[in-house]
Amino acid sequence: MEQVTPATKTRLQRFFGSDVWYSFMRSPVAIISAIVTIGMILAAIFAPWIAPNNPFDLASISIMDGNLPPAWESAGDSRFLLGTDDQGRGVLSTILYGARISLIVGFFSVIFSMVVGIALGLISGYAGGRTDALIMRIADIQLSFPAILIALLVDGVARGVLPSELHTDISIYVLIFAIGISGWVQYARTVRGSTLVEKNKEYVQAARVIGIRPLTILRRHILPNVMGPVMVIATIHLAIAIITEATLSFLGVGVPPTTPSLGTLIRIGNEYLFSGDWWITIFPGITLVVLVLAVNLLGDWMRDALNPKLR
Amino acid sequence: MISFIFKRLVQSVIVMLTVALIAFSMFRFIGDPINNMVGQDTSQADRAALTEQLGLNDPFLVQFGRFALNAAEGNFGISYKYRQPVSSLILERLSATLELSLVAAILTLVVGIPLGVYTALKGKGLLSKGIMTLSLIGVSLPTFLIGILLILFFGVMLRWLPTFGRGDVVALGWWTTGFLTLSGIKSLILPSITLALFQMTLIMRLVRAEMLEVLRTDFIKFARARGLPDRSVHFKHALKNTLVPVITITGLQLGALIAFAIITESVFQWPGMGLLFIQAISDVDIPIMAAYLVLIAFFFVVINMIVDILYYAVDPRLRADSSV
Amino acid sequence: MKLRTGLFAAVAAVALAATSPVQAKTFKFAFQGDLSSLDPHSLNESFLLGTLGNVYEGLALYDPNMQIVPGLAESWKILTPTTWEFKLRKGVKFHGGQDFTADDVIFSWERAGRDGSDQKVRNSMIKSITKVDDHTIVMETPAPNPILVQDLPYLFIMDKEWSEEHGTTSSTSAAGDNAGNYANLHANGTGPFKIKSHEADIKSVLVRNENYWKDIPTNVSEVIFTPIKEAPTRVAALISGELDMVYPVPVQDWERLDNAKGVKALTGPEARTIFIGFDQGRDELLYSNIKGKNPFKDQRVRAAFVHAINLDAIKEKIMRGAATPTGLLAAPQVNGFVESLNSPYAYDPEKSKALLAEAGYPDGFEVTLDCPNNRYVNDEKICQAVTSMLAKVGVKVDLLAQPKSKYFGKVLATSGYDTSFYLLGWTPGSMDAENVLSSLIVCQNADAKKGMFNLGNYCNPKVDELTAAIGSETDQAKRNAMIAEAFKIVKDDVGYMPIHQQPLSWGVSDRVTVNQRADNGLDYRYVVINE
Repeated sequence: MEQVTPATKTRLQRFFGSDVWYSFMRSPVAIISAIVTIGMILAAIFAPWIAPNNPFDLASISIMDGNLPPAWESAGDSRFLLGTDDQGRGVLSTILYGARISLIVGFFSVIFSMVVGIALGLISGYAGGRTDALIMRIADIQLSFPAILIALLVDGVARGVLPSELHTDISIYVLIFAIGISGWVQYARTVRGSTLVEKNKEYVQAARVIGIRPLTILRRHILPNVMGPVMVIATIHLAIAIITEATLSFLGVGVPPTTPSLGTLIRIGNEYLFSGDWWITIFPGITLVVLVLAVNLLGDWMRDALNPKLR
Repeated sequence: MISFIFKRLVQSVIVMLTVALIAFSMFRFIGDPINNMVGQDTSQADRAALTEQLGLNDPFLVQFGRFALNAAEGNFGISYKYRQPVSSLILERLSATLELSLVAAILTLVVGIPLGVYTALKGKGLLSKGIMTLSLIGVSLPTFLIGILLILFFGVMLRWLPTFGRGDVVALGWWTTGFLTLSGIKSLILPSITLALFQMTLIMRLVRAEMLEVLRTDFIKFARARGLPDRSVHFKHALKNTLVPVITITGLQLGALIAFAIITESVFQWPGMGLLFIQAISDVDIPIMAAYLVLIAFFFVVINMIVDILYYAVDPRLRADSSV
Repeated sequence: MKLRTGLFAAVAAVALAATSPVQAKTFKFAFQGDLSSLDPHSLNESFLLGTLGNVYEGLALYDPNMQIVPGLAESWKILTPTTWEFKLRKGVKFHGGQDFTADDVIFSWERAGRDGSDQKVRNSMIKSITKVDDHTIVMETPAPNPILVQDLPYLFIMDKEWSEEHGTTSSTSAAGDNAGNYANLHANGTGPFKIKSHEADIKSVLVRNENYWKDIPTNVSEVIFTPIKEAPTRVAALISGELDMVYPVPVQDWERLDNAKGVKALTGPEARTIFIGFDQGRDELLYSNIKGKNPFKDQRVRAAFVHAINLDAIKEKIMRGAATPTGLLAAPQVNGFVESLNSPYAYDPEKSKALLAEAGYPDGFEVTLDCPNNRYVNDEKICQAVTSMLAKVGVKVDLLAQPKSKYFGKVLATSGYDTSFYLLGWTPGSMDAENVLSSLIVCQNADAKKGMFNLGNYCNPKVDELTAAIGSETDQAKRNAMIAEAFKIVKDDVGYMPIHQQPLSWGVSDRVTVNQRADNGLDYRYVVINE
């Protein structure tokens, strides 16, 4: 996410020389969760290279390998370390590929929310007046509807408007949009608040007087100041986005089962909770919980570390 | 004050209309309801006649206008599937959802606030750290998984609690309650915990954060400097100031509880509105879906308005600048 | 895995019933769907009809093995090829105390044909009913129909007086002002159970009709039905002992049920055949990369497809050994079933590749498979397996799995059969092969209402001729020979890719004995609570 704006980078660089970095190095929880998060992200990115088999390649999977237990059990098969699901896909491989999809949905929906939220927040705070009132009113309305309901609505509309043969290909974009659109308000409110404060500071007033364009002022002076809290929200939001994706899968509006995400895997495995095939649910479930937990812990630490009042 | 309330009322109506429009336009795309209303042998001519009778061939705006006018009178039409007025179907289920949400809300506050206060005050303690970590695990587990695990453990393995439904209910007029029977109360336990868990952690973390902020403010420092006992500082001053934003959030979360009940209700086959809604989505029962969304919007608008008015009454600063 | 047949259960039920004392006995069960209405003509759907079959009755009934036995009619005989005489049972009373007479039969038949009814198909099988006396009627059919009585069990008889008194002379419908129809929430039948209370999608309670006209095995005094949509919740409620029976149970949970104390899986073959169809009508497939021609018009391509599918693997892995792989679109329970044609097409991927190459597609092609994901047992998983098996012979299948409302909205006639390749299941309503032929196999003909579920428009004039002849042939032996001939042609043409008969899958507590009927119907008449 460092590429969002150049300002972020300098801000982050400043972190490393600062006591935020110091606080990070002193917090074992933060270090472990950072390692876990980064490890999972890397595993997901490199899934095609490290996964023992490609679960999305239908020609290579065989249903005759279906429902094999993990390799260490007597009926297990050494090709499938964590066993296979009903279609004969290796659970380890589906987890790696599934985490990839969950993270893609998570990251991009967060970026989407962030961009929309920051833009509207800056405009709202800087312009004030009617524009501000309108945007904040929309935010109120939006906030009053839980994310999951909005996502259900968006997904329903998208599935209706777009021809059904496209669904499989675009379902992931629909999910990103559906989850993203339901999360922008928090960013907008935070950014607006900071903008209101910064706007009235003398250096901004001065910049305005010497005729620097509003866009430049926003980018150079105001944006860097709001990035801290935004990063905190973004981290926690990432965890929520991943969970929301899983919940939508449970309600039957997630990605198709031929290219499952972690949520879809849990949903599929759910059907095997009572039969003996525990590995189909348990491993994706643990992965999801560990991933979300790590991201949450990271976000938690970040909030404490970045909040100057608590330091 | 009156103009403020009037303004909010107008805004609320606009919100309701927007929601109704969005909800209504969505339904046109969700699927063809006719196939769910007839058996496999029904002829094409009969299917077409039914489509025409239901007015599904009318222009969009005509259909929406008809819907909005009727809805304003509390008439949401007839369910395609149950062939009963939607308003009575929803009324039958309203009490189930509200009781579940209410219990979950109480659980959220009764557990969430004390834990939040405790973790704020004893932030360095081992127990406090444990609670924080546990709460994070709570947020990291999807609700549906929690529900199924609870059923598996308490229902199937220990057989302590019922796994589905409301148990025996007692009718008090149109309201049915599960509070008056043992099986009704037992049936409430697992679903309400499932529903409350997420909100509980949210409230707990919010209280903790607010409390920590308040404890750092000058007036608390003064209070301490004046030599007031810790107890009095913490609970009389700090907690009191913490609770204002907590109340706001709680109000808003009450609405979220009702909406999140969709998931809990479908896991526990809880006969509430959320279950009706999810069922309606798969049956393309348009009148039920429309009524549900409008009703939820109505709840939110009312809750929002009450919170706003309370805020307005409590916080004098808002009166000066009522445009916000 | 233990398979228990319905027959044993029924025998045990009869044996036990004789000795059971009369006392309050409650039977609680759950099904995945709900009872949408109590109106017997409102919806032609198997669960609604199966459940209301305990409250209302037709002139004929199904016995535990789905054979037709006399119901409200004591006996019947064919007078001419198109007229039948029915002797009605005397002394039968409706729940409200009204006498059952010929007028009620005529009224109910007329009601089934009025607007709002979803039983118009059954109504149209009879041209007229003439009352001879209070307990004798003569029915006339539009054409000779040797299997008329097969359709009578679900043409439920309502009381004329009661219906007129409550203004419910036509069926409850979602359209028009017929909503709030009295019969939607109230019932007055002749069956062994009466409705005590009914809250749609929440709970229905039925109690025993003590004045029922027939001796039946059940000793149940009260039945409580709850719909439970989520399969894990349903199974949990059974294992925890809250319910006596739930269905359907996911096939993968059978072992778990059999290992759990006090419950077991009750399974058997259902009369529903699952199959995959090809669009053979259009000159170019709607969803394929082959342009300008339709590969499915080539018999070799269809043959290549059926030989690429390993039905045994689907049976073992997806259906946990519970399905019956099949080569025919009619199940063994269906009248006209042909044993010799039922063996599936052989699994032979090499032959499949050779056939594809011969037909000019050595590298296969792409096509989209439409599939429901909440209609049949493991429907989506079957489609996934088919997709992966076809991938191995070079055919790239895009799987479009959707909920049933979206799926049927796309592939049925209402949307102009918007599909190239689809999975469907079929149980003939009359339990007769003629229904299979005229719905799924004859050429599409909207005017004659024929072949309306032949979504891919498989069309062979010879089959059409035979089907027409079968419809009016009254000699059973000749009729069956023609049915066999028609099925043989379809099989040689590879008109369809039959998959299997799906299993019935119920979870039953040891506390009760039930009879599992091949159409997945639960008849309370044979539910016995063991002590």
